[in-house]
Amino acid sequence: MAEAGPVPAPGADPASDAIVRLDGAGKAFAAVRALHPLDFAVRPGECVALVGHNGAGKSTLVNLVNAVFAPSEGRVVYAGEGATGEGIAARRAAGIRAVHQELSLAPNLTVLENLRIAQRDLTGRGWRGRAAGRMRDALDAIFPSHRIRTRAVVGDLPLAERQMVEIAMGFADGVEPARLVILDEPTSSLDASIASQLVAHVRAFCAKGGAVIFISHMMAEVFDIADRIAVMRDGRIVEDRPTRAFTQRSLVAAMGHVAPDSAMAARVAPSGPDILGPGHGLSARAGEIVGLAGLAGHGQAEALSQLYLALSSDWRTGAAPRAAFVAGDRARDGLFPLWSIRRNVSAAALGRLSRRGLVDNGAEAALARDWKARIGIRADELSAPILSLSGGNQQKVLFARALATGAPIVIMDDPMRGVDVGTKAQVYDIIRAEAETGRTFLWYSTEMDEIRLCDRVFVYRNGRIGAELAGDAITEKAIVSSSFEMEAEA
Amino acid sequence: MSPRIDIRLLLPVLSLALLLAAVFWLQPRAMSYLGLNLLFNLAVPVALATVAQMIVIMVGDIDLSMGAFVSFAACVTATLAVDAPPLGYLALVAAILSYAALGALIQARRLPAIVVTLGMSFAWGGLAVLLLPSPGGSAPGWLRAMMTAKPPLVPMAVLASAAIALVTHLIVMRSSFGVLLRGLGGNERSLGKAGWSPVLLRAAAYGLAGFFAVLAGMTLVGLSTAADANIALRYTLLSIAGVILGGGEFTGGRVSPVGAVIGALTLTLAGSFLSFLRLSPDWQIGAQGAILIVVLAARLLFARRAAR
Repeated sequence: MAEAGPVPAPGADPASDAIVRLDGAGKAFAAVRALHPLDFAVRPGECVALVGHNGAGKSTLVNLVNAVFAPSEGRVVYAGEGATGEGIAARRAAGIRAVHQELSLAPNLTVLENLRIAQRDLTGRGWRGRAAGRMRDALDAIFPSHRIRTRAVVGDLPLAERQMVEIAMGFADGVEPARLVILDEPTSSLDASIASQLVAHVRAFCAKGGAVIFISHMMAEVFDIADRIAVMRDGRIVEDRPTRAFTQRSLVAAMGHVAPDSAMAARVAPSGPDILGPGHGLSARAGEIVGLAGLAGHGQAEALSQLYLALSSDWRTGAAPRAAFVAGDRARDGLFPLWSIRRNVSAAALGRLSRRGLVDNGAEAALARDWKARIGIRADELSAPILSLSGGNQQKVLFARALATGAPIVIMDDPMRGVDVGTKAQVYDIIRAEAETGRTFLWYSTEMDEIRLCDRVFVYRNGRIGAELAGDAITEKAIVSSSFEMEAEA
Repeated sequence: MSPRIDIRLLLPVLSLALLLAAVFWLQPRAMSYLGLNLLFNLAVPVALATVAQMIVIMVGDIDLSMGAFVSFAACVTATLAVDAPPLGYLALVAAILSYAALGALIQARRLPAIVVTLGMSFAWGGLAVLLLPSPGGSAPGWLRAMMTAKPPLVPMAVLASAAIALVTHLIVMRSSFGVLLRGLGGNERSLGKAGWSPVLLRAAAYGLAGFFAVLAGMTLVGLSTAADANIALRYTLLSIAGVILGGGEFTGGRVSPVGAVIGALTLTLAGSFLSFLRLSPDWQIGAQGAILIVVLAARLLFARRAAR
């Protein structure tokens, strides 16, 4: 897979006038390769769109450009006013600002006070006046009809206005004027008319020699705004060409990759009545493996946790719960880090293992031994602490915990994060075997290969189900095109 | 200013006014220069300690060593600062610097402040006992003179409280430095991304808190003319209650310096109010707790109403 270099703008020397230039810069976190070494540059006047599916490396690339961390290899060079350099100070001097996807304002401060955090010169006499002026000018220029007061506390503003404030901060006047603004999903909570004001402003900004890196999943916006599109996949830039060289279709094709056919034997999808109906937000039959797909953070995890809370009681856990939950974020929602493997396995099934309010130690040990053998947990001693296991085996313990409850519905919130390939294959087999016995699996996954194991898939977009796919219709292309919006939404 | 801040300040002001009215009704003679001074005299060190606690709470932590540290500062003031003035004041400066170092340590090693300060409370307590094994010492002359000064028209205690509120409001709410400190409590990550050092900022916040806590210990000695190693142990919980009473929140960097001072005044006044009621001292602590619960419950209702 060749790494396509940046395409030089007509008459420009790609190396000399770039605001930021990555020279073979890559990033690895411990053994995990997030970004393969690549060359990338942004020059004045350019609006570059960065597109790709989850985990394609967009955030890592942005964080390198933004000097959040240093590259593992290669260099990131900034060109400021006559000076070039590396690191966070050079980044600031070059006028590179970032507007982040996750809102990064301090909610307890006012609008103008938040600008103070971003701009160091706002200090001394009358700094409030200057900050308010810069903020008001930026808001007026980008969103002419806004009604945001610079003395309002950010936490009191609705989400859309917070995002507008953040964008305005990115473009606001300062000692180091903005030359490159990184917009990471800037329109995700803006309505269409406000978003179009932003698009117009970005065009004007670039026409005056500014540069923008634009990350969005709204195809129409990307084509509207960008004059160059860099497509990322698996930690590489696979295409980097002028926008006119793409069509929506070819862009989606470039983002997905043709995966090898799954070695899994064909499964006969169950055809019984729904055990979960539309009242639960999605539907599922007994024995069915239902996938929740779409881009990360588009409501899948919320839908699953709401469903789980609806199926379980706040007050008591019976011996036969209706649903069990497998957490994806092991450390946060899954493990009892100080407990042994045995206790971690039995935690959800204690209702069945108790006699007169006391845990039956023999039954607990038998349960843990049984699941150790069935699911293949690699451990010498079940009394060993859970943290002595590898990540994959820890995840197996969480699976065992959920399956040991006997619950007919198993809810899985992206459970394969950070699990090695071998373990994954084993767990897939277990899931299929359990589904054969009539258990229903609801599976949120960000990995295409896992989604294609499902009998039915709901693709989420902006907190709602955007598409329902079943059987042969579950293809990577169909999922990618329903997770990205093909048309501008009204 | 935004209406939200007004609501935040409304309740502390109302509860102070209500208590003050009740005290005046029970004991009309308190409505005088001398009476007010007596009522609020002991509020000055409490207000300073509350402001110190507020700064720690503002950056998302909590300080369980406040009472022990104020006691230690009082012991230093009553002994070293009288016997060997340069050494005594140097020791107080060193205490402030060690507070700043604690802040840096908490940030750099990501330690829970509640554990670090709980541990430090024993260290401060031990140092205080070493300095002053039995109650005693004396107040430096200038301090005594300052705390017993009788300015015209407005009593010293009221004047000092107003000055504390004004100064901390300027530092915390108005200065550009205060914005950074509050930002640390509101969104530490974005501060780091903007290139600020959270370690230095937390050290600065703790140093500032240490400064106000040292002032609390000094004024306490100025009022009581002597010290003892346990003189201010109640201040830990009093200061936390004062911050919350004054409209502050435990998380998110939402605090109000003016409210915190008013909260401290309210707590001090609640004690006097109960004495005027001729309530047996056995019941006073419980009654003080009841007042606190009523005010905080009222605040919760206010907040729910506002959120709707």
